[in-house]
Amino acid sequence: MKTQIDELLERPHEGSLVHSAKDFKPNVDVRWCAGCGAISVLSPSQRLMPELGVPKEKIVYVSGIGCSGRFPYYMDTYGFHSIHGRALAIASGLKISRPDLSVWVVTGDGDNMSIGGNHFIHTCRRNVDLNIMMFNNEVYSLTKGQYSPTSHRGQITKSSPIGVLDDPFNPVALALGSGATFVARGHDKDRAQLQQLLKRAFEHKGTSFIEIYTNCRIFNDGAFDLYTNADTRDNHTIFLEHGKPLIFGKEKNRGIILDGYTPRAVSLEDGDYSVNDLLIHNEKDSTLAFILANMTYHEDLPRPMGVLQAIYREPYEARVTAQIEHEIATKGEGDLVKLLMGESSWVV
Amino acid sequence: MGKIIEHLEEATIRFAGDSGDGMQLVGTQFSDTSGFAGNEVNTFPDYPSEIRAPEGTLYGVSAFQVHFGKEHIHTTGDFIDVLVAMNASSLKVNKANLKIGGVILANTEGFDVRNLQLAGYANNPLEDGSLADYTVYAINMAHEIKSQLSDIDVPTKILAKTKNIFALGITYWLFNRPLEPTVEWINRKFKGKDDVVLANVHVLRAGWNFAEKHDLFQKQYVIDKSPLPRGRYRSLTGNQGVALGLVVAARKARLPLFLGSYPITPATEILQAISGYKKYGVRHLQAEDEIAGICSAIGAAIGGSLAATTTSGPGLSLKTEAMGLAVMTELPLVIIDVQRAGPSTGLPTKPEQSDLLMAMFGRHGEAPMPVLAAASPSDCFAMTLEAARIALKYMTPVLLLSDGYIGQASEPWRVPEAQALPDITADFATDRAAFAPYRRDPETLRRLWALPGFQGMEHRIGGLEKEDGSGNVSHDPANHERMVRIRAEKVERIANDIPEAQVEGEHAGDLLMISWGSTYGAAKTAFEKLRVSGQKLSHVHLRHLNPFPKNLGDILKRFKRVVVPELNSGQLKWLLQARYLKPVIGIGKVQGKPFKSVELENELKALLVEDEVRV
Repeated sequence: MKTQIDELLERPHEGSLVHSAKDFKPNVDVRWCAGCGAISVLSPSQRLMPELGVPKEKIVYVSGIGCSGRFPYYMDTYGFHSIHGRALAIASGLKISRPDLSVWVVTGDGDNMSIGGNHFIHTCRRNVDLNIMMFNNEVYSLTKGQYSPTSHRGQITKSSPIGVLDDPFNPVALALGSGATFVARGHDKDRAQLQQLLKRAFEHKGTSFIEIYTNCRIFNDGAFDLYTNADTRDNHTIFLEHGKPLIFGKEKNRGIILDGYTPRAVSLEDGDYSVNDLLIHNEKDSTLAFILANMTYHEDLPRPMGVLQAIYREPYEARVTAQIEHEIATKGEGDLVKLLMGESSWVV
Repeated sequence: MGKIIEHLEEATIRFAGDSGDGMQLVGTQFSDTSGFAGNEVNTFPDYPSEIRAPEGTLYGVSAFQVHFGKEHIHTTGDFIDVLVAMNASSLKVNKANLKIGGVILANTEGFDVRNLQLAGYANNPLEDGSLADYTVYAINMAHEIKSQLSDIDVPTKILAKTKNIFALGITYWLFNRPLEPTVEWINRKFKGKDDVVLANVHVLRAGWNFAEKHDLFQKQYVIDKSPLPRGRYRSLTGNQGVALGLVVAARKARLPLFLGSYPITPATEILQAISGYKKYGVRHLQAEDEIAGICSAIGAAIGGSLAATTTSGPGLSLKTEAMGLAVMTELPLVIIDVQRAGPSTGLPTKPEQSDLLMAMFGRHGEAPMPVLAAASPSDCFAMTLEAARIALKYMTPVLLLSDGYIGQASEPWRVPEAQALPDITADFATDRAAFAPYRRDPETLRRLWALPGFQGMEHRIGGLEKEDGSGNVSHDPANHERMVRIRAEKVERIANDIPEAQVEGEHAGDLLMISWGSTYGAAKTAFEKLRVSGQKLSHVHLRHLNPFPKNLGDILKRFKRVVVPELNSGQLKWLLQARYLKPVIGIGKVQGKPFKSVELENELKALLVEDEVRV
């Protein structure tokens, strides 16, 4: 049955579909701190949108609470700034009821890994077609500097003046373990790379999770310097590319081999190993994705960046639609008269 | 030998046995058949929260009560006329409610040494003369089934599970009920399992024939048909009523329906029903928790669905923050709370009306929300439509209160003509030039619904305070106060759009009883009985609790005393006193059980006598 929504959406898009980045900048001040990593995600997002070929009225940003929560105000699309931890649950309801929309979720390490952890694992499990950008700054910033579920052991924060006792989540491993189909990691110092990852997330059908290292200048400055600064990152990260060997290092002189199930960093210069011995990245290999994800907190290994996994499973909302269509095809469209009458009725 | 036939105006039968004895099933059948036979019916399933409590125990007794009669059947029956007791424990826990002279239909197998021990009987009550005040039919049902069905080839394993059906057959004989509706139901329910169908149909008939032929059974009861309005009827529980109401409301508003819910007793049947309605285009999410239930519904509301979430007390506690978000973002949302006894896990399967103040105030900040309450199973359907109407017309979350009693209880319901049900208004913003997210209709104060996907209305809203009109984030103190007042005023103005309270009895006078929710049945019965006996008493039943009907204050002024019966310690009483500054007498019951009408009758009588003394 045709609804009012169907009728409203039938109206054709007026004017050009060609947007520019400028079209996605609303007339408001960006209120993040100067130098905030989140700002580095905003411009790639605004630049990416025109590339997608999606009318901007079809794009919705949903956020939770935290510094990341402000993001929707800075994108001139539909946006919803919700409550702490619940962005994914809200976005799931929106996407399941409106599969025609491109739904983006902006969240943070506290919002998504702590108070919203349950929604995160279940969204990944269901594979709702959402694009999740998780700004990870390893600290609660909006509440002014307490440790978060991605803070590392020993970290000094306002709520851990003598050092954090918890071990952190590894967000990409948690996403993989929860069944996410697209899992990637980027950072705020390489906007071009970030824009590429965002595009891949958009193109992926199903839950896309991108962990984005975003530096918090005020409460956790420099947390990711080793992995993001131009002079150190090549030796401490490895950018994963599908079908290519795992090479890293400023001089491209190091690589990753698999020793049993254990990844090891080796030199390509001392004659023991050549590029032919190296692990080849395969985004479709879930076992490999786990191995790569678990390199994250190893001091002897480079931190994996880029797309760890991209596999296809039918998105949840598509299954809902298919089930409805199948029911209607086999049983006919539901008739209110019959529904009200129920299985058995009688006449007085 | 001829049997005696006695005419009755009404009767109450209670099927009681172990959780696994199938008492809910035969109770439902007896209820449906009584409706089919043209009576007014009211039922009450009363079961333990354990799924299969240890057999034979007092706490494992599961019961289903059916009150049926020619007229004025508003409750599930105060006292039992016929008790079906499948074991000793079911007799023990229900005997106190059995009328002197009532009938006990006992399955003697359930009165063996072990069962007697578990029930705490030193001697077998069926044999020790302690039941001399009752008519006792003590039957070894398994034995009778075997001997009656000796010529039918059905596995013993299947026959062993038909004792409840045998008992049902006997009760059909007792009340001269037709077997066809249950035969039809058996055929439908066990379609494809020929052995099971054959066994159950034969056992049902065997029960009837056993009573018909056996000298033990001397008396049959006849209850005349009720003067019901003509039409097509079906049996409806409150939870079914809500599920149907949601589907119908969405159709009438021409919107897609979305339900986001998490299973919880006693509301789960709504989620279950909706999950089967895919051919009606319904989308639902069995969410990971109560919070995701309401939040997914809010997400669907953003996208233009009629969105709903269903729950019970503990779930309502979890949803409170998200309710505040729906208030702040002024999105339509239907929240159904099938109340159960609390606090905390409380008594999950037992009803209470103790979430009223939480429904009114249970959100941080000032977050007013319309609150409605259904009076009966069939009223759950009507009030779900009303909740959707208000939510969509005023762009607000609406809380509908039901409870475990009317949610699970059933009554015959005259099926409405789908076409004749009124349309529901849901307006979307389409005028781009005039659009601002929080621009309001001057009369209703509603904002317009702007649909993602609609060009030219891209906007951002959320839980931060909004600037009046533009909807931009605003921390301006004066604006915040203005918005708090507007949100309150919007809900208050709904009073202009709901029916006025109706007074039954004198329009003014000494004593006014105000009931709400599921206490309707007991209150109405008590009221009718007292009126018949010549007492001066008036009655108002409230379905709209926030805002109250516009004329309620005037009505209160016209009575010297106001009394409110409710299944809590005085929550509506509290609201009325606070709102109208009038002392209210409370009759509270918090036992996880509905009122008996006689309890209210006695309380009211005492109040009326008190008045005579005072005069």
